[in-house]
Amino acid sequence: MKTVLKTLAAALLLGVAAMGVAKADPVKIGVAAEPYPPFASPDASGKWVGWEIDFIDAVCAEEKLDCVITPVGWDGIIPALTTKKIDLIVASMSITAEREKTIDFSDKYYNTPTAIIGPKDQKFGSTPDDLKGKIVGVQVSTVHAVYAKKHFGATAAEIKEYQTQDEANNDLAAGRLDAVQADSIALGEFLKSDQGKACCDLKGMVAPDDEVLGPGVGAGVRKDDTELKGKINAGIKAIRSNGKYDEISKKYFDFDIYGGGGAQSN
Amino acid sequence: MAGEATIINVAARTSLWLQPHRIVLILIAIGLVLSAIFFMRWDWLPQYYEMGLLGIWRSLWILAVTCFLGFLLAVPLGLAQAAGPIWFSVPAKTFCTVIRGTPLLIQLWLLYYGLGSLFPQFPWIRESWMWPYLRQAWPYGVLALTLSFAGYEGEVMRGAFAGVPKGQLEAARAFGMSRWKIFRRIWLPQAIYRALPTLTGETVLQLKSTPLVATISVIDIFAVSSKVRQDTYLTYEPLLLLALIYMIITGILVFAFSKIEARIPNKVG
Repeated sequence: MKTVLKTLAAALLLGVAAMGVAKADPVKIGVAAEPYPPFASPDASGKWVGWEIDFIDAVCAEEKLDCVITPVGWDGIIPALTTKKIDLIVASMSITAEREKTIDFSDKYYNTPTAIIGPKDQKFGSTPDDLKGKIVGVQVSTVHAVYAKKHFGATAAEIKEYQTQDEANNDLAAGRLDAVQADSIALGEFLKSDQGKACCDLKGMVAPDDEVLGPGVGAGVRKDDTELKGKINAGIKAIRSNGKYDEISKKYFDFDIYGGGGAQSN
Repeated sequence: MAGEATIINVAARTSLWLQPHRIVLILIAIGLVLSAIFFMRWDWLPQYYEMGLLGIWRSLWILAVTCFLGFLLAVPLGLAQAAGPIWFSVPAKTFCTVIRGTPLLIQLWLLYYGLGSLFPQFPWIRESWMWPYLRQAWPYGVLALTLSFAGYEGEVMRGAFAGVPKGQLEAARAFGMSRWKIFRRIWLPQAIYRALPTLTGETVLQLKSTPLVATISVIDIFAVSSKVRQDTYLTYEPLLLLALIYMIITGILVFAFSKIEARIPNKVG
């Protein structure tokens, strides 16, 4: 009897040990606990779904990493990374100089382009010449306000600043603006609404300006974790070139989410 | 001898006024102003002062135009209520009650977001000469503020018209003046004299209603200070400066009105 127990205990220990070995090296992917559809949000059963989840799954599969999704509150996500509670931040985090003081970033993996929308009955594009003499609405104190002043300030009749994006959208629908510039995802949601559908459509994406708009969204890694950073970069490159990235993106978006600058810019 | 007495008198009055507790209060006030100047951040001022001046100008002309137009509207509104036949007095009374009974912000938004967004649905409006004005925000701000001023001041004018003694009007009629002449020479001037003290207060209140136009994207001085706050993440500096600017404008308004009031003959009625 005693031997049986001992064997059992040993087997149990071994089993635990074996599991420990198997799971010794999972990469903990930190996602923001706050839902951010269509990028990352828990579905009805609590499973994390979205473009960003599909994306990092593809990268992990490509690099044969054992990845575990770990939700962390957005405000504590960088400390969680530096204290090794998570190993990678995949939470639509824009690459900024301020954050780069604390953590490193992979290459950008998406960059929601900045879009221009306007009234349906007018045909124009998104270049400074297209907006000549037009009244352009932006949200106050955003990168878009800075961008519009810098690039359209000379040609547009007026750059009008609004407290909220909704007010700018409203005024576009009411014919008081000729165009609105903002993040393409936000504007995409407006164009899908009844009001947006009735009045307006997409005129195009603006030319990239990394200095103002930033290079885009990257995965955050610890500064000393160059191995993981290298693997993630390699994974992004691989799924960009083998079509997996586009395949995932098509499921969620009807435009190129990788953004301006083209695939060759890393 | 008389001159000397005056000097002594002034000196005595000054020393009486400059009591220790007043000196302490003055020193505290100076200390507060100086510490605000030296310990707070004002480096954003050069970048925004041009925009700020333009904002002050906008606030001032909106105030002036809406008070003027509002007062022009208030005279018939008051007259209709005070002496008009029922088909004049009832609509005027209703107008004043509705305007005074609803928040100005709601009136402004109903005009701008409500009425203003109906216009573009009619192609003939979009193609008319009015469209370049109708699509801007300030006409709605001016309209809402004018109606509001007219509503409040119309009520005041009603009282003022009613308060002019009947004997004056009867005397004027006895002189053989026409009705229009009585109105122009006797009734209106005396009513305005009576309304003037409240007009000061209404104008100051109107000044403090002008920031509401910032909610419909007119860049007045309030909107400029909001922009500074959003751009620099500073809270106190732009708000304190804004409060000071409104106080200075109010001071000037009150001073100007007191000068006008001083010219009115003491005995009215």
